[in-house]
Amino acid sequence: MSRPDFLLSAWPWRSVGYLLTGAVAGLFALVAVVVLAALGGALAIVLVGLPLLVVLALVGIPVAWGERRRLRLVDLDPALDLHQHQPPAARGLWAWLTARLREQVTWRELGYTVLFAGLLWPVDALVITVALLFPLSMVVTPLWMATIGEGEAKVLKQWTVTTWPTAFGVAVLGLLLMTLCAYLLGLAAGARAELTRLLIAPRDAELDAKVVELTRSRVRLVDAFEAERRRIERDLHDGAQQRLVALTMTLGLARLDAPPGPLADQLAKAHEEAGKALAELRELIHGIHPKVLADYGLEAAVLDAADRSAVPVDVDLELPGRLPQAVEAAAYFVVCEALANVGRHSGAARAEVSGGHGGGRLVLEVRDDGCGGADAAAGTGLTGLADRVSVLDGRLSLSSPPGGPTLLRVEFPCDPCRPTDRCA
Amino acid sequence: MPADRSLRVVLAEDSVLLREGLIGLLGRCGHEVVAAVGDAEALVAAVEEHEPDIVVTDVRMPPGFQDEGLHAAVRLRERRPRLPVLVLSQYVQRTYASALLDSGDGTGIGYLLKDRVGQVEEFVDALGEVADGGTVVDPEVVRQLLRRRRDPLERLTSREREVLALIAEGKSNGAIARELVVSEAAVGKHISNILTKLDLPPADETHRRVLAVLAYLRA
Repeated sequence: MSRPDFLLSAWPWRSVGYLLTGAVAGLFALVAVVVLAALGGALAIVLVGLPLLVVLALVGIPVAWGERRRLRLVDLDPALDLHQHQPPAARGLWAWLTARLREQVTWRELGYTVLFAGLLWPVDALVITVALLFPLSMVVTPLWMATIGEGEAKVLKQWTVTTWPTAFGVAVLGLLLMTLCAYLLGLAAGARAELTRLLIAPRDAELDAKVVELTRSRVRLVDAFEAERRRIERDLHDGAQQRLVALTMTLGLARLDAPPGPLADQLAKAHEEAGKALAELRELIHGIHPKVLADYGLEAAVLDAADRSAVPVDVDLELPGRLPQAVEAAAYFVVCEALANVGRHSGAARAEVSGGHGGGRLVLEVRDDGCGGADAAAGTGLTGLADRVSVLDGRLSLSSPPGGPTLLRVEFPCDPCRPTDRCA
Repeated sequence: MPADRSLRVVLAEDSVLLREGLIGLLGRCGHEVVAAVGDAEALVAAVEEHEPDIVVTDVRMPPGFQDEGLHAAVRLRERRPRLPVLVLSQYVQRTYASALLDSGDGTGIGYLLKDRVGQVEEFVDALGEVADGGTVVDPEVVRQLLRRRRDPLERLTSREREVLALIAEGKSNGAIARELVVSEAAVGKHISNILTKLDLPPADETHRRVLAVLAYLRA
């Protein structure tokens, strides 16, 4: 509005449009609310009215939808529909209804609707009337005098004008007033739009929505990463691994047939190499995605990781059942990385993995009696894992004073899967 | 390499390549594959139909490609506790072996890595051992377990543990003696010490060996 070309731009007209449609829409909203309330209230005794009252509670949703649309007339920023960020848990009318009735937004929108129907639209109407009719009626004074006024005209129904110079003076004054009113309309529409936005499409909610969206996309990335790991594991298993087994089998049979001599020696060598390749491939596949984790869950996978550890590991883990797939995978890889570090750097004689699930949290601790001094920032292994943990709202902490002992703790908020769920 | 007797085998393996290879290999060694199937359901049906001497099955099979083969084996052993089952796995994992060992009375069970199929003679020996009611666990699994197992094996000397590990791999006293370069009598003495320390009172000799292996694996 501070721009010099405000008067020539579309903005005064947009303001007029905004306030005018506001007045009309508000009138309709008032009628709808009053009719619903009256009918619902009256029929509530015979129960028929109760659904109507529910509809009344939800009337804010379409009104707010329309209001957000109208907002675009005077506000270039998109107004976000906050309902979209909490989709109902299931399909069907009932799920939709309960989801909506539980949302704070629904009630805020209802409050806005009541305010709109009761107070805002008359104000819209008043502003538009005053700001348009007063200057217009002044501008048309000479015209009025020349035609139906028969030589005289009443300005704003107050002062009688009889001479031409005065009439034109009033008209010029009307024009000046009109520019003033254009600013007034712009101000009124802007304030009105700001109020609407504050009530049903606040900007900080947009920021929240962006954070939610970012978090979701991060989770999706991790999920995609996990899915890719599983795909690679499956491809290697079904392809290369089977072929190598078949190859060692064929070589084994060939060795039985080969007469002793250089050929048999070569075959034996080939057989041995194929066997080594197979063992390496098996370890590789296991590192990508251990089958036991998918089949039997975290507890079995941790026991298995403990079996493989170079340092003897005691496992004291009590889990209620299967946990969400992403949590299981992240927790497992944390334990593996921790045990690998224990084996590589700590010089520990024993390590212990303990933990359990309680109060909606999975807690795992890996401790060792080694030399300590571990630094999570020094290596990439733990930093990468901490990122994966944080995506799941988990926390990873490391305590490792010089001289030891080292304690790594990881916790995730999660609930065990019900047996009917196939979440892992 | 003819076997001392011909076994009727039901084979379950979803990879056609391996299935055909295994049929050829078993045929070469004088065993008869009476049915070769590609999924767990068909395995159960084939065992019902053919009453085989031994079942050889893969762990991961359709439809879910998880541990269907293992589950089918466990189910079969619930119905026929003495049915010898040899499970081939791509993974060195105690969990899979334990699920199998807990089925039936623990006799006539084998859990081998698929890699062993390449070592034809060892594989066929293991097959015979399992068919005779022995318990054969892949040396790789045994090695892994040996690293962290303590109670109730704490009382065993390291030599006795070595012997126990070899028993778990399905080796006979003679084979153990050759491996450790000691006399067969010495092996016998070790074994009786192991059985005493594991509180396994004298009974049928082979059965006690199996129990010792089970104690070792479940410890």
